[in-house]
Amino acid sequence: MTVIESPRTPARPAPRRGVNVEKWGWIYMRASGVILLVLIFGHLFANLMVGEGVKAIDFGFVAGKWASPFWQWWDVLMLWLALIHGANGMRTLINDYTNPGTVQKVLKLALVASVAVLLVLGTLVVFTFDPCPAGSPADLLPSFCPAA
Amino acid sequence: MTTATLENTSAGSADAAIQSFTVTFLIRRYDPEVDSEPRWQDFDVEMYATDRVLDALHKIKWEQDGSLTFRRSCAHGICGSDAMRINGRNRLACKTLIKDLDISKPIYVEAIKGLPLEKDLVVDMEPFFASYREVQPFLQARTTPEPGKERIQDVASRARFDDTTKCILCAACTSSCPVFWTDGQYFGPAAIVNAHRFIFDSRDDEAKVRLDILNDKEGVWRCRTTFNCTDACPRGIEVTKAIAEVKQAIMRGKP
Repeated sequence: MTVIESPRTPARPAPRRGVNVEKWGWIYMRASGVILLVLIFGHLFANLMVGEGVKAIDFGFVAGKWASPFWQWWDVLMLWLALIHGANGMRTLINDYTNPGTVQKVLKLALVASVAVLLVLGTLVVFTFDPCPAGSPADLLPSFCPAA
Repeated sequence: MTTATLENTSAGSADAAIQSFTVTFLIRRYDPEVDSEPRWQDFDVEMYATDRVLDALHKIKWEQDGSLTFRRSCAHGICGSDAMRINGRNRLACKTLIKDLDISKPIYVEAIKGLPLEKDLVVDMEPFFASYREVQPFLQARTTPEPGKERIQDVASRARFDDTTKCILCAACTSSCPVFWTDGQYFGPAAIVNAHRFIFDSRDDEAKVRLDILNDKEGVWRCRTTFNCTDACPRGIEVTKAIAEVKQAIMRGKP
């Protein structure tokens, strides 16, 4: 006699309790997208439209911006939100184009590693940037430095 | 007593006046006993503009090659048996008219993608129905209606899920979804549509259970809103919208 399964027998194991990565990833994409819209267009406006516009951009312009904590935090926020937003998109691409297995794991590890390196490096540069490092030869320093 | 009858002479000349066309069909054939890989085979069929792709398949099977294999039952767009990829788009063969296709070029017909190919245009639908069963597509009410009475529902509550009641389970949407193509683990649009039909039904009490099922790694969050499903649905269901409503219901925690 064949036993007919109850229609309510789950065909796959019940979802694990706790944090649902896919759900929070989905929410993150939307939330960061809205904030990035403001940050990126603000960034473009401040760099390309205000004052002399695009012609003003040089080493000194960037140094001047990063002298102010406001632009430091603006740029760091943009870096973190955009990089993780992009990495999450890349993660879904890896899920789409590879089968579960070693290759997928290696690709995801490479993705996480590159994102981590870029985040640390970028954050370090923005907060520790010094256009006039002490002890540098005068001919390498920009003209606005007191030593030059 | 006079009865309206067709006059033979006029009917005959009208038939002759209707223009027919030779349409070339390229059909992706696969016979697991002979072929190691599917192959494309072409057929020339004499067709009228008002004929359907299904009529062409019938003509081929009846007059040219009896081994051509495809599913069809009602042939009127309600049983959902003959979903196939026609010129790269998932359509019901019985609802696709020749006049709506560009017959100056061959018409490509192949089985729907993402499900195991069994023969010619027939695929194994079991993975599709497995995810359909998983969302518990049946009414689960904790209360019993008064003896001899039906469960009352007002017009607005019925309209809430009206769109998703139209599903005929033809798998055109699920097999048009690029996320479903990747590994077949995603529930797929059709399962979510049928969950939506009960989640938003005021007479049903187990919406929470279904929302939990779809709040899975392979659930609604894998939807990338490419709208392939909405485009493919032969019943005109706004599939992507239904999926978005289920997403929002999961975020709210209730329908």
